[in-house]
Amino acid sequence: MKPGLIIRLVVLALLVAFIITPTSFAWVFQPLTRNGQPPIYVQNSLLNLTISHLTIVAIATIASTLLAVGLAILVTRPFGAEFLPLSRSLANIGQTFPPVAVLALAVPVLGFGTAPTLVALFLYGLLPIFENALTGLTTLPPAVTEAARGVGMTDRQRLLDVELPLATPVILAGIRLSVVISVATATIGSTVAASTLGEVIIAGLLSNNLAFIAQGGLVVGVMAVLIYDALSALERALMARTGQRRLQS
Amino acid sequence: MTDISVSHSRRVPFTVDKLGVLIAALAAVAAFLPFAAFRANRIVLGEAKGLFAALPGWEAAVLAIVLAAGIGIALFRTPTLWRLATSLVVLALLFVAIGHAGSFLTPPGDKIARVSPGAGFWLLIFAFALLAADAIARLKLKPWTRIGVLAAVALFFAVLLGSGTLNDLSILREYANRGDTFWREAQTHLALALGSLAAATVAGIPIGILCHRSDAWRAPVLNVLNAIQTIPSIALFGLLIAPLAWVAANIPGASAVGISGIGAAPAMVALFAYSLLPVVANTVVGLDGVPPAANDAAKGMGMTDWQRLTTVEFPLAFPVILTGIRIVLVQNIGLATIAALIGGGGFGVFVFQGVGQTAMDLVLLGAVPTVALAFAAAVVLDATVEMVSPKDTRRD
Repeated sequence: MKPGLIIRLVVLALLVAFIITPTSFAWVFQPLTRNGQPPIYVQNSLLNLTISHLTIVAIATIASTLLAVGLAILVTRPFGAEFLPLSRSLANIGQTFPPVAVLALAVPVLGFGTAPTLVALFLYGLLPIFENALTGLTTLPPAVTEAARGVGMTDRQRLLDVELPLATPVILAGIRLSVVISVATATIGSTVAASTLGEVIIAGLLSNNLAFIAQGGLVVGVMAVLIYDALSALERALMARTGQRRLQS
Repeated sequence: MTDISVSHSRRVPFTVDKLGVLIAALAAVAAFLPFAAFRANRIVLGEAKGLFAALPGWEAAVLAIVLAAGIGIALFRTPTLWRLATSLVVLALLFVAIGHAGSFLTPPGDKIARVSPGAGFWLLIFAFALLAADAIARLKLKPWTRIGVLAAVALFFAVLLGSGTLNDLSILREYANRGDTFWREAQTHLALALGSLAAATVAGIPIGILCHRSDAWRAPVLNVLNAIQTIPSIALFGLLIAPLAWVAANIPGASAVGISGIGAAPAMVALFAYSLLPVVANTVVGLDGVPPAANDAAKGMGMTDWQRLTTVEFPLAFPVILTGIRIVLVQNIGLATIAALIGGGGFGVFVFQGVGQTAMDLVLLGAVPTVALAFAAAVVLDATVEMVSPKDTRRD
């Protein structure tokens, strides 16, 4: 076993242990508290918050992946080619909307709770995936697409059997980026009462309790790093299968 | 990159444009949605007003005709310049109209009633903004022209706001109540976003050069900076409160220069920490991308290391570094809203106050300037990046 993998497994084990029995780690966070503040957030189960946090991120990411990849396929077909320049500039413009603004503006339509967070993460997750899917589908080696056409594949076969499999690692890199952003951004959802780990951080901010802020931030940060690593490994495996070399780190 | 742009055939009259169909569909939906909403006070539920209820009869009729003409021009294949002009005219008229709707719906002398733009208005704005974005993307405008268009749009809004046309709208009612605070928070917001950017540029470029030249530093530095990005912003802002409070209490002179546990200092440090990765990573990528031939030639000419860095490597890497700075600036303008959660000020103050009071007009007062600033920063820096890039590597 490689040392890197062992470190990751240990970190994962610690993370899971902390989420399940946070109170047994009270001594770690005790030094951060003042005037007898509680070192561990117990108003709500950390396990439930984590599950709800990850569920929101997963639903939003799956939805944005479906739409983003679908749109990228559409605008790279002859039928949708007219939308290509527009979709590029929209992806660019969309990134200038701060998540807090999207979240706050979704509240009047959707009310407080999880729904505005889902929408904000969905919209924010679209752009990295869309941009990467577009790159993946427009930078295929011409020799491969020509060969596919030459052997008489239909448009549909070319898309499903050649273009998408080749573009998958690049699309996955976009999904990875989007998930990591979403895991961190979901915490802001707690400012509009979504049930995420941001609740712990905000409780810390409101009661001036550093221990809460640290544990909320730590769980979210460690989860993001582990997810990032896992998706990178998946990408490398897929790259190896299709015989491509990694384009970016 | 495969070029998939479609050649517009202008010979065939009345060919339907696919984007035009989308715009017409959006406008058709918008026709069934309220153009404006009237509320007796700031927080009660709104009363929907259609276009003809929100404006005096003749104005509504003129706007309806202009909208129909605009949709017609969008729906068929028309020259791109027409489409751009049409979209800009329609958008300008929509903003004037919503201002008039505010004055028309507000009973004279009523200072409590609120008129806000309705879903129909926003959908129409979205539809014609799509048309404008499409036309601008197709025209492939030169960098200076793009900045010029942005300046013209900014001037239009400055005149519109200055003339008082929009004064009866809810968002400006909120502004009227907090005029002084607004500009103070605007200053704080800009100071946070630009100050942290400046600090990150000054620190990040040397770190990037170090990482480019020394493999021993590269992986650890980039990994640490990557890890910082995964800390949720609200946690990082919060975690910096304690160390800065300690600095303020224990280092002589620190509190005199405005460092304290809560407020702008932790926000500034957090934004700085987030800004480092794009600057450092892009500096490394930019320097890595310098052609070996250029470096060899410089070495052959007997340039010192420093000369080579400043006269060959840095100028060649500059467009990539500037792209990193663009990412940081847009990201910081957005992230600075979070500073309000730890008492750091900025437009986030209005957003979070608005969320707390369920007063959406107040949320808009914070969100609209933030989005506008981020958008303007993106346009200006994109154009600058294009201007400093060598011609053959420009994106199409």
